[in-house]
Amino acid sequence: MSEQQDYEPRIVAFLCKWCSSAGSDLAGVSRIQYPANATPITVPCTGAISPMYILSAFNKGADGVLVSGCHIGDCHYIEGNFLARRKMQLIMELIEFIGVEPNRFRMSWVSAAEGAKFATVITDFVNDLKPLGPQDKLKRAEQA
Amino acid sequence: MSKKRTGVFVCHCGTNIAATVDVARVAKEMADESTVAFTQEYVYMCSEPGQESVVQAIKDNKLDSVVVTCCSPNLHEKTFRDNAQRAGINNFTCEIANIREQCSWVHADKAKGTEKAIKISRSVVRRVNHNKPMDAIAVPVTKRAMIIGGGVAGIQAALDIGNAGIEVILVEKQATIGGRMLQLSETFPTLDCSQCVLSPKMVEVKRHPKVKLMTYSEVQEVSGSVGSFQVKILKKPTFVDPDKCKICDHCTEVCPVVVPNEYELGLTARRAIYIPYAQAIPASFTLDEDACLGLNPVRCGKCKDVCEAGAINYDMRPQTVTEDVGAIVVATGFDLYDQANMPEMGGGKVEDVLDGLQFERLCSASGATQGHIMRPSDHKVPKDVVFIQCVGSRDPAKHCAYCSKICCMYTAKHARLYKKHVPEGRAYVFYIDIRSGGKGYEEFVQRTMEDDDTLYLRGRVSKLYRKDGKVRVLGTDTLTGQNVEIDADMVVLALAMVPSKGTVEIAKTLKIGRDKDGFLAEAHPKLRPVESVTGGIYLAGAAQAPKDIPETVAQAGAAASKVIALLSQTTLSRSPLIAKVRRSHCTGCGMCVDACPFIAIRLEGGKAVVNEALCEGCGSCSATCLRAAIDVKNVTQLQIHEMIEACLA
Repeated sequence: MSEQQDYEPRIVAFLCKWCSSAGSDLAGVSRIQYPANATPITVPCTGAISPMYILSAFNKGADGVLVSGCHIGDCHYIEGNFLARRKMQLIMELIEFIGVEPNRFRMSWVSAAEGAKFATVITDFVNDLKPLGPQDKLKRAEQA
Repeated sequence: MSKKRTGVFVCHCGTNIAATVDVARVAKEMADESTVAFTQEYVYMCSEPGQESVVQAIKDNKLDSVVVTCCSPNLHEKTFRDNAQRAGINNFTCEIANIREQCSWVHADKAKGTEKAIKISRSVVRRVNHNKPMDAIAVPVTKRAMIIGGGVAGIQAALDIGNAGIEVILVEKQATIGGRMLQLSETFPTLDCSQCVLSPKMVEVKRHPKVKLMTYSEVQEVSGSVGSFQVKILKKPTFVDPDKCKICDHCTEVCPVVVPNEYELGLTARRAIYIPYAQAIPASFTLDEDACLGLNPVRCGKCKDVCEAGAINYDMRPQTVTEDVGAIVVATGFDLYDQANMPEMGGGKVEDVLDGLQFERLCSASGATQGHIMRPSDHKVPKDVVFIQCVGSRDPAKHCAYCSKICCMYTAKHARLYKKHVPEGRAYVFYIDIRSGGKGYEEFVQRTMEDDDTLYLRGRVSKLYRKDGKVRVLGTDTLTGQNVEIDADMVVLALAMVPSKGTVEIAKTLKIGRDKDGFLAEAHPKLRPVESVTGGIYLAGAAQAPKDIPETVAQAGAAASKVIALLSQTTLSRSPLIAKVRRSHCTGCGMCVDACPFIAIRLEGGKAVVNEALCEGCGSCSATCLRAAIDVKNVTQLQIHEMIEACLA
């Protein structure tokens, strides 16, 4: 167990450019420290995140995937985060169905003003992933 | 297709990046990428020599694409895209990898920070590998502006834009323009009468040939984007024709309905038909539909009977008008923090405890008491008045964390106004600190303390309650360490400023962000203080942050000049990063058509077709397309998959 507590999970974080990406910028400007495990990919809207991206990340070896967008009702493109919420719920159920811990996928709502919240989201996610250890259910086999 | 020749430029940002990220290693790792033909690091890439070296390197090494690993793209994406263009390559082949805000500033561990910076940079290099050169889309500009909120900020912005010869629509929710400033009695630090300063401007804006005034109106819906917004405005019926109304006051004399007067903050009552202030613009009565007995001559109809001008018309109906504008200024102002949240200050239920705005109305010659200060409970002149600063402000545990900025000054003003009206009275001020930055401000506070003999007590009030016809105030003087008990005839609370209710609503309608305190968020705290994050929407006044009148007027002028600069262009360039269909892959399933929030996709001949004028580039379509037949340009499914790979390599 202690070994796994030391495990450094690899996270892909899909961030909406209007809110969570700006929120992560604010965390930076405010110098709020959080673990370096999550690598951000900024997208125009969480609605633009295909479920395939989540599966692709797990397939390429991610231990956790985060999707972070605007609070419901605040989408810059009116309803993108509603679309995302529906799709991501399905993904959550799907990965659980195929035997991946549902905790490995997370969705959060972080606005451009919530730098501290962004740091908390990442910190909590990393802490929750550590005991799970490496994700290998969906990870493709290393090619010889 | 020949291989890309990408240049990677790694910025140290002084030590901002270099202290926690091994920049040399980032550059070295990027050099190993197959598409990277050139790498360079520099201490300040955004400085003039830094930018010049980027341009030179593009030319010397025949680069066709650029990745700058530096700060957030919100800061310097434009800078480096402009440089790319200057060097003769397309600006959309330049992308930013954010290794400062998202990396060096938030990770102290240099080894981990460097690893993450490499992943971020590599993912952007892979993305750029598939970036296509493209040209911005030219869109025509509607040479009209709209201002939401008719307070001093909105009025100033309307005048400035109108004077530049550009048509302006000024939309105000209330029955009159003037906003909060019209409620004030005198202004600090000169003690000149607020109405005397504002009224001429109100008249000017009413008469301005370029300004269209829409009072008693609300913005309902906004669509479109910078240069071309379509705004739906609800014009509520006033049931009085402002052109015919002679403001003779005969209608109020017969109106049988009495309701609290919101313009006097409940200190007085008004009739169902009323005029907010004597100086109201438009100078016309308004019939409050909710209070009226029924807009029906059978039910009442008294006002209509006495109106000799024939101005009253019960058949007026709400009207919705649509206006096309190129730019919008939001100037929706502030409210005071709700006293109900503060039971320790009486929760708004203790008699003779007023808020700052109510005190302004008491002092105002046009107010409820014609400028005689008397307490509401028994109309006696108060002899001991306690002013409490920072009520709800600077209290992160329970209320607002921020400083409301103007309360130190207006409390000093209130104390002086009180002493002017009641020279024999005694004024006490509870304060935490005195913040009097501003021209002539500190001197003003000093005069209040010394010349007007106001007793300043440094400390907070813990409780107040009604006792023996007075208000007992329990507080502390932290300078003497004594508890203080004052039996006051009247208490005035300098409540925190909060964004107005209308500000909260309009932010949702316009889809513009708000900060952690609920005020409208500016695009950049230092460099773009009057712009919202959304192009073409500008901010002015206390809706953006607590501020006093001079600052509000300055910001309104700044917002106006931004609008003028924007609307003086004949065309604007719009981002070309919109959806594109690969017809060979499209099966015509129509999933993207349903997903598009802008109704920009239709099926034609069994294939999806994008209306480029409507597409905003959100990518909802692409996320639904299983065959990757529809993609947002330069944010394609292929690119994202490669970025994911790079993040996990």
